[in-house]
Amino acid sequence: MKTFATALAPHISTPRRVQRVMAEVLLALLPGAALQLWTYGPGHAFQLVLALVFGLALETALSRLRPAPLNPAGDFSAAVTAALFALSLAPLAPWWVSAFGMFVALGVAKHAYGGLGANLFNPAMVGCAFVLVAFPHAATTWPAYTLGLAETAGAIFLAGPGITWDTLSSATPLDVARQLGAQGLRMPEIYSSPLYADSRAGAGPWIALAYTLGGLYLLWRRIIGWQAPVGVIAGTVLMTLPFWLLDAERHASPLQQLGSGGLMLAAWFVATDPVSGCTSPRGRLIFGAGVAVLTLIIRRWGTFPDGVAFAVLLMNALAPLIDRATRPRIYGRNHA
Amino acid sequence: MSLHRIHGGLAAAALPHAGEPAAVRPCPLPRRLYLPLTETDGGPLYCRVSPGQQVRRGEALAHAADALATILPAPTSGCIVAIQDHALARSDGSLAPHLVLEPDGRDEPLLLPPMADWAQADPQQLRRRLAEAGVIGLGGAGFATAQKLARPVSTLILNGAECEPYISCDQALLQERAADVVAGAGLLARIAGARQIIIALQDRMLAAADALRAALVNVPGITLAQVPTVYPQGGERQLIEVLCGREVPAGSWPVDIGIAVQNVATAAAAWRAVALGEAMTTRLISLAGRGVVSGGVFEVRIGATIATLIEAAGGYAPDAARLVLGGPLMGISLPHDEVALTRTSNAILVLAAAELRPPAPEQACIRCGDCATACPVRLQPQELLRLLRADDAEGAADLGLAECIECGCCAFVCPAQIPLVDIYRQAKTAQAIARTARTRADQARERYRARGQRLAREQAEKVARVAARRDALAQEQAAANLPTPATADAAPVPAARMDKSAVLAAIARGKAKRTNANGPRAGAPQSPGETS
Ligand code: SF4
Ligand code: SF4
Repeated sequence: MKTFATALAPHISTPRRVQRVMAEVLLALLPGAALQLWTYGPGHAFQLVLALVFGLALETALSRLRPAPLNPAGDFSAAVTAALFALSLAPLAPWWVSAFGMFVALGVAKHAYGGLGANLFNPAMVGCAFVLVAFPHAATTWPAYTLGLAETAGAIFLAGPGITWDTLSSATPLDVARQLGAQGLRMPEIYSSPLYADSRAGAGPWIALAYTLGGLYLLWRRIIGWQAPVGVIAGTVLMTLPFWLLDAERHASPLQQLGSGGLMLAAWFVATDPVSGCTSPRGRLIFGAGVAVLTLIIRRWGTFPDGVAFAVLLMNALAPLIDRATRPRIYGRNHA
Repeated sequence: MSLHRIHGGLAAAALPHAGEPAAVRPCPLPRRLYLPLTETDGGPLYCRVSPGQQVRRGEALAHAADALATILPAPTSGCIVAIQDHALARSDGSLAPHLVLEPDGRDEPLLLPPMADWAQADPQQLRRRLAEAGVIGLGGAGFATAQKLARPVSTLILNGAECEPYISCDQALLQERAADVVAGAGLLARIAGARQIIIALQDRMLAAADALRAALVNVPGITLAQVPTVYPQGGERQLIEVLCGREVPAGSWPVDIGIAVQNVATAAAAWRAVALGEAMTTRLISLAGRGVVSGGVFEVRIGATIATLIEAAGGYAPDAARLVLGGPLMGISLPHDEVALTRTSNAILVLAAAELRPPAPEQACIRCGDCATACPVRLQPQELLRLLRADDAEGAADLGLAECIECGCCAFVCPAQIPLVDIYRQAKTAQAIARTARTRADQARERYRARGQRLAREQAEKVARVAARRDALAQEQAAANLPTPATADAAPVPAARMDKSAVLAAIARGKAKRTNANGPRAGAPQSPGETS
């Protein structure tokens, strides 16, 4: 008689693990991150390293505090949060912005809610929104010209409040467009203005494309579903196309909207966050569309450089409701 | 025919599949056969033989509790040497009484008279034959076939779309005995009164499809359906969805919507039982996995132990790590190989360590929704998990916990390695226990109420009796005072009559009390161990 250890069915499983999913998300962020670095100089590299260091330190400390750490092996979810936060942050934001942001992201938005899987809001977006509100000036310091390594380090680590930023910082393309639009300039005039060119508007679509590339990789690997990104894109197009067709002089084109700010980063990497997003397929479409619509509203009427973080958070709050409303019909129930 | 789609499931690419099986191989008759005196679902079998008795192949050893008393046929001729505890096919290795049959090597059959005219026979008579030959569903659940076909249906589906990956016994059967299956299809359709007959198999089973097509050449009225290889499309409810585009309502059975699903092997066995008079004494079993030297499909005598089968396949490979009865997604992991194979054992897997789900620690659910995408019942496994972890049994019931078919797709895909099915199974068991407890409590309350009523009635009767006796005495007295003897004779009559009825009432009461007290015990089937 040969004996065996027994176990519960199923006896086989996919090789996919949470760590691997997170690692692939990090991988997929690379093209966009690289292009952002190339455009804005080494600031983003500093931000990435800072956020990762703060993030991993916080994650380790906070996991220790939990009664039964569920992820003793450690997943890469904190790293993904850190990367998304750093890439959404202005490249020259001082180091303490990153520290505060990561603390709010992981300490408040994630672990206070019960850790990975239990958080209602996307931690990276909570971090972003917090620093945008708390340090509106420091958190939006985009370099007016490409700085060298030493200058960047100086700006991030040494700049005290109100010292050198004004000389360094420039507005983002979205800011410029809004300011000039408010002055009554038409779209073609805005696009040809030197201020707009200074804001590296030309690089926006390329960065968006690079993130889309990473997103398509995740789609191909079946790590994300198509619904949320398609929801974002479709929502943007549907919201902007009619206005643009009616009056292209006064309204940005759908492509312009998709190509600026963090919208594509959000479409592929934030709206697809499983924890804080929707689970049902239809829910994900609605979620994506909601992010797009709210972002556009905030861009048009808000005072922040970009509304993506706030849009995502608002939709996060709605996600459980959307999921409940779009729950598929169970087999054999309410069926003729 | 046009096919429909099920939600989710696991596509062939994600799963290991057995290729086209080689020819069916024999498995030698072992020294002893073990036959559990319980059905697959735990119901009892009523023993009809005693130790020391000689039996022939096909003779009834026991019968089930269904209306037609479907028998357990002796797998071969020989002597019943004992009724003793032996391991059931359970993970915990629990024991139950088994009949032990020592083959005499002659394999002498007790054939039932062949019914050559079955195509004209009365369905009732055919059903009785299936019960006499011990034909039960070979697909896994093991329902008595005669019982399952008791109600007429319009559509008969023969399921040849293996229920799980790795399993290829139905495929082998179709390749080698397609004619039996086709004849069986006609037979079962006659019994159930079905007008539409569909034989379903997976689109990857090319040789089986060819064999079936050849067997169908001169048989009109049977449709061949090649369904995509998606697990769990071989499941009864999912197959109905794929073929008919209909769902079996929650809490109902396929027969309620006029559909009967039978396994292809059951059809072949039913035909042999009717046309040739053979009882169900063997079955095809798939042996697979890298933990066995030379797997394949074997024709195994019912009651042989798994060890016998493994020996016939050349023994274990050195890295055999897990022994599973059934498939890799729903199969039961067994503690040892002394377990006997029954009529419902369709596959044995011996998995090598490399094939197994790695025993990594469970992680937190990241709500990725992979499980919801995979669930063929369109449940939200991650929500069920959340509710059950929060002890919200009612919420889980609302979200369809009862509809979960425990297919394991969710746990298979979960990147956090959460044992989802196990959590659902435990919750279902807990709910079933709570339900039974509730019924018990209700019954107890009902008994208590009945007892109160009975006591009150008895009290009232006693009062009435005393009053009646007083009246009778008074009358007697009065009668004694009367001068005529005739009336004196007549006077006690009412009293006597009353006494008799009171006695009768007392007897009736006593009887009622006894049956009441015996009620639950008399209602429960006797344990087979006690009868022997
Ligand atoms: S597959 Fe696992 S981790 Fe993903 S939602 Fe379902 S239970 Fe959670
Ligand atoms: S085991 Fe239940 S919940 Fe999981 S996939 Fe199957 S039916 Fe759905």
